[in-house]
Amino acid sequence: MKQVEKKYELRLYVAGKTAKSVTALANLQKYCEEYLKGQYRIEVIDLLVQPQLAEGDQIFAIPTLVRKVPEPIRKIIGDLSNEEKVLVGLNIRPVNMQTI
Amino acid sequence: MTKVNNKNKTVFHHKQISKTLTGIAGLDEITGGGLPTNRPTLICGEAGSGKTLFSLEFIVRGAIEFNEPGVFMAFEEKTEELALNVASLGFDLKKLQSEKKIKVDYVQVDRSEIEETGEYDLDGLFIRLGYAIDSIGAKRVVLDTIESLFAGLSNLGILRAELRRLFQWLKDKGVTAIITGERGDGPSLTRQGLEEYVSDCVILLDHRVINQISTRRLRVIKYRGSVHGTNEYPFMIDEDGISVLPVTSLSLQKEVSSARLSSGIPSLDKMLGGKGFFIGSSILVSGTAGTGKTSIAASFANETCNQNKRCLYFAFEESPKQIIRNMKSIDMELQQHVDKGLLQFRASRPTLHGLEEHLVVIHKLVKRFKPQVVILDPITNLITVGSVSEVKSMLVRLIDFLMEEQITVMFTALTLNTVVSEQTDEGVSSLVDAWLFVRDIEFNGERNRGMYIMKSRGMKHSNQVREFIITDKGIDLVDVYLGPGGVLTGSAREAQKLHEKTGVVLRDNALSMKDREIDRKRRVLESKIASLQTEFESAEEELNKIYIEEELIKKVSESNIREMTRLRRGEREADGNKGRKK
Repeated sequence: MKQVEKKYELRLYVAGKTAKSVTALANLQKYCEEYLKGQYRIEVIDLLVQPQLAEGDQIFAIPTLVRKVPEPIRKIIGDLSNEEKVLVGLNIRPVNMQTI
Repeated sequence: MTKVNNKNKTVFHHKQISKTLTGIAGLDEITGGGLPTNRPTLICGEAGSGKTLFSLEFIVRGAIEFNEPGVFMAFEEKTEELALNVASLGFDLKKLQSEKKIKVDYVQVDRSEIEETGEYDLDGLFIRLGYAIDSIGAKRVVLDTIESLFAGLSNLGILRAELRRLFQWLKDKGVTAIITGERGDGPSLTRQGLEEYVSDCVILLDHRVINQISTRRLRVIKYRGSVHGTNEYPFMIDEDGISVLPVTSLSLQKEVSSARLSSGIPSLDKMLGGKGFFIGSSILVSGTAGTGKTSIAASFANETCNQNKRCLYFAFEESPKQIIRNMKSIDMELQQHVDKGLLQFRASRPTLHGLEEHLVVIHKLVKRFKPQVVILDPITNLITVGSVSEVKSMLVRLIDFLMEEQITVMFTALTLNTVVSEQTDEGVSSLVDAWLFVRDIEFNGERNRGMYIMKSRGMKHSNQVREFIITDKGIDLVDVYLGPGGVLTGSAREAQKLHEKTGVVLRDNALSMKDREIDRKRRVLESKIASLQTEFESAEEELNKIYIEEELIKKVSESNIREMTRLRRGEREADGNKGRKK
């Protein structure tokens, strides 16, 4: 994942390989492939390895998905199992433009 | 290591759970040594009751005084705001943070930018906290206030389960924690029922306004495994942080001294067994208006300073300058003591703040100035800021505190009526050790001051009513005259004195006349004795004369007889001689 000029920069904070983290990552990759193919970048941060990064993005719940770009920053916490909410949260598909 | 540096600690005789000193003045006394070590403590209270400051002071004092680094996790205020807020208390958070003694972590929970989907946990918080704790080796943790999470997250089930896990985790981590919580409506202590999770120690802060004067109070609701004071303790936030005042010390075991301190009025000392008051005792001077209570207090202050001891004077009625000027008129130079730093005045209107604040101010000044004598002049005015019982309870605490510090305290109190009331309005007369009563004696068209000692524990004291006079030279007590018409004071006393002086002169005169009479009598008698003596001598002489004559006669006649006999014999002998010779 070394593409530059990605429209979406996403950061997923996890703490070890817990079931929730794995589910969240899998869900995220699925949505991105489906809706943002080619224009996203996912960075996974394991807080067990890098605890000092938790403060910067104001992380308190695990897993947390942070949309760094585009601004404003948005956060989605949980295992991202609700597709609807994730898309709204990431502003990929605004509520008023729902097609389904 | 935490058990040092606390001389006021209440001594319990049983084994206690281990405790962590907070360093907050007074709190460690109430809790018998601080908060439970390695356990979470809940501090709850309404908005503005001082929760944040309380917990922050716990962290800062821990870092500065007990060398225990602390983590402050703020959910409400940003780090910079927090630092600014406590800078006024002299806490330099930035410096402490750079010295790695404190770590402030601001956790922002903003609902508008958070979306929740599915399962999650608060591991992020745990990791952050754990990281912060480990990075500085923290022993103390504050979560202020964790309830913000409830506002930011909607899944209460997860939240509650995670909180329970968090508190257990804190215990396992071996940190002493404070969790703050906003007071909720109804019977629950906090809005989210945090007391369910934190069950070891719960402290409630309260902020009440009575008669437009606000008082902060603190109460230890629960403290598992420990004895604690259960009262509501007033506390105050000022430039030194929080000070809690124990309502009364838990025990009545004070050191007592039998050393004495002069009152500054020699004749009063004489009434008090010749030496004055006990050091560390409390003295009440009560009396009606204008009877010289302040003068007595000032002379006590003056004497104390003359002995090179420090005196703290709380004036609730007059300004220090006023007192100094007024006392100059009775030959007391208080200014010199002020200049030398032996005498300190603290003048404030009682209404300046609530009673508790007054008490805290007194506490602080006493701790700072370390006086041997404290004067409160007058306590009567305090009644304007509190009810009688409140004033009394405040004074009880004050007396307790001062006794513990071995400080002699003198109160003056105004009695409102001229009838000698056996109780002062503040009801402190039973608490004090010595009670001087100054009263007006109205007699013969003038008003004079009389003073007597109502009580004086533990020493012989005079039962006399003395007249109390204020002159250019100072205060003095004179014996009042107990004449046939009752007690005499003032000019009546002077008149009586003069009267008696006249009597003395007359008596002296009478005496000398009597003396002369006796002298004369003696001389008459003596002369009589002399004439009798001569009479006797002449009588004796007469008698002697007869006797001698008789003796002479006897002698003469005897010699005559002998002569006669001889003559007769002579003749015969001559005949015989003649015949024999022949």
